[in-house]
Amino acid sequence: MRVYADNAATTKMSQVAINAMLPYMDKIFGNPSSLHSVGQEAREALDAARETVAQCLGCEPREIYFTSGGSEADNQAIISAARNGARKGKKHIISTAFEHHAVLHTLNKLEKEGYEVTYLDVSQGHNITAQQVRDAIREDTCLVTVMYANNEIGSILPIAEIGAICKEAGVVFHTDAVQAAGHLHINVKEQNIDMLSLSGHKFHGPKGVGALYCRRGIPLTNVIEGGAQERGKRGGTENIPGICGMAAALKDACDHIDENMPRVAAMRDKLIEGLGKIPHCALNGDPVNRLPNNVSFCFEGIEGESLLLLLDYKGVAASSGSACTSGSLDPSHVLLAIGRVHDVAHGSLRLSLSDYNTDEEMDHILKVVPEVVQHLRMMSPVWRDLQTGKREYIL
Amino acid sequence: MALYSEVVMDHFMNPRNVGTIEDASGVGEVGNAKCGDIMKIYLKIENDIIEDVKFETFGCGSAIASSSMATEMIKGKSIHEAMALTNKAVAEALDGLPAHKLHCSVLAEEAIKSALKDYYEKNNIPYDKSQFPDCENCGHCH
Ligand SMILES: Cc1ncc(COP(=O)(O)O)c(C=O)c1O
Repeated sequence: MRVYADNAATTKMSQVAINAMLPYMDKIFGNPSSLHSVGQEAREALDAARETVAQCLGCEPREIYFTSGGSEADNQAIISAARNGARKGKKHIISTAFEHHAVLHTLNKLEKEGYEVTYLDVSQGHNITAQQVRDAIREDTCLVTVMYANNEIGSILPIAEIGAICKEAGVVFHTDAVQAAGHLHINVKEQNIDMLSLSGHKFHGPKGVGALYCRRGIPLTNVIEGGAQERGKRGGTENIPGICGMAAALKDACDHIDENMPRVAAMRDKLIEGLGKIPHCALNGDPVNRLPNNVSFCFEGIEGESLLLLLDYKGVAASSGSACTSGSLDPSHVLLAIGRVHDVAHGSLRLSLSDYNTDEEMDHILKVVPEVVQHLRMMSPVWRDLQTGKREYIL
Repeated sequence: MALYSEVVMDHFMNPRNVGTIEDASGVGEVGNAKCGDIMKIYLKIENDIIEDVKFETFGCGSAIASSSMATEMIKGKSIHEAMALTNKAVAEALDGLPAHKLHCSVLAEEAIKSALKDYYEKNNIPYDKSQFPDCENCGHCH
């Protein structure tokens, strides 16, 4: 049996998305900027896709800007809000310690330019509270950027509460909703979200295409200079097949959230319960406010890369925040931020599900993960030291 | 998975010489849990010959494969031959390691040297200290 349980990394495309893309590869292949009817047909498709995405988020079509993905949307949102802030002498930004690198590295760049960033602590409950945001807001705060849901550990942040606080304080609120879109109900107006990033390939749409929602009235700074596409805010001939595929996938996902997500959450809970029985392990992430598809554990005494290789051999595709899988010496910044020490952060496993997974697949995972963990522990000197009392258990 | 050679995968999936030796003549442990890899080597030495060798490793696939291969390469050999084992030889025997995993073969060499050093010290055998790596300052992890 082969089980794909790495849907937070990327998802397979749905037939709905594929079918939505195909006509725009050969039949309706025009450039939306062209005046002729070939181009205008593509323009219609682009407009329709924008309308669809806007409907899914509860905003106006003209507030949607298509990008090359979640990373670009994050970059543009943050850079724009920072530039707008600087014009008013406001150069303080609030974020969290467990953001995606698309956000963190953009913030690091701004820090080098003289901006000050407060990274909210996420070690309490593996989440933040809206109160933490309230307490961090200052006179010179120009932006709050906190993710909707964490890609590694699944915590869902209190977005609506944070939105209300930011609105009251007059601070722009951006959220990286790459892991939330299509999985959770989002309404940017009701939740007082000013800017939001999403990415096509996390909800069974295509890779390399994303969207930025930016509330009317907030000026955007170009990250890509070029022609007049996307109201002049993002140069480059639009990726029409990708945009149409993403819009169709998003609509399909949003239309079926109430039907799909409870089923996915039930599979998640089955895994959390079953894997939680492995001795000396710990669940990562908020146990209550949690993405329906995220399972994340640390297992003491083993290392994540070897765990992934063996799981792959046994037919389970998963991911880990160990250093060996990140190509650096340090394990994932997310696991460190929630307070996992290096020793146990290396032994992490993330299983991320989708509505394509089945109960039988969960049974397979529940059979092989404990076997593989046990196998690796049996050859681990760390595990031996833990068992013989030479080293103290952390978990 | 094309990340590793077939030899690496074979030694990872079916590691040789896993375990411990109760009355080992020398034991060496290198690396630390913070960095994500620890190798421990147990040697049984008689008449300067490595009669038996076992290992335990906490680490990635290439760390496990490197320990397995290194133990195979010194089993039945003289302690002098074991001293001469280089990380390069381990990596070559594994049909190569990805560049960022070469330190795993270094750890294997160091673990064996550390076990030999333990043997020399336990038996009051004089040895050339300069032949042994200075683990405190090797830079891996720091
Ligand atoms: C939370 C989060 N933000 C941003 C991204 C980047 O999205 P993309 O791969 O479309 O650039 C990802 C996905 O890797 C993500 O999980």
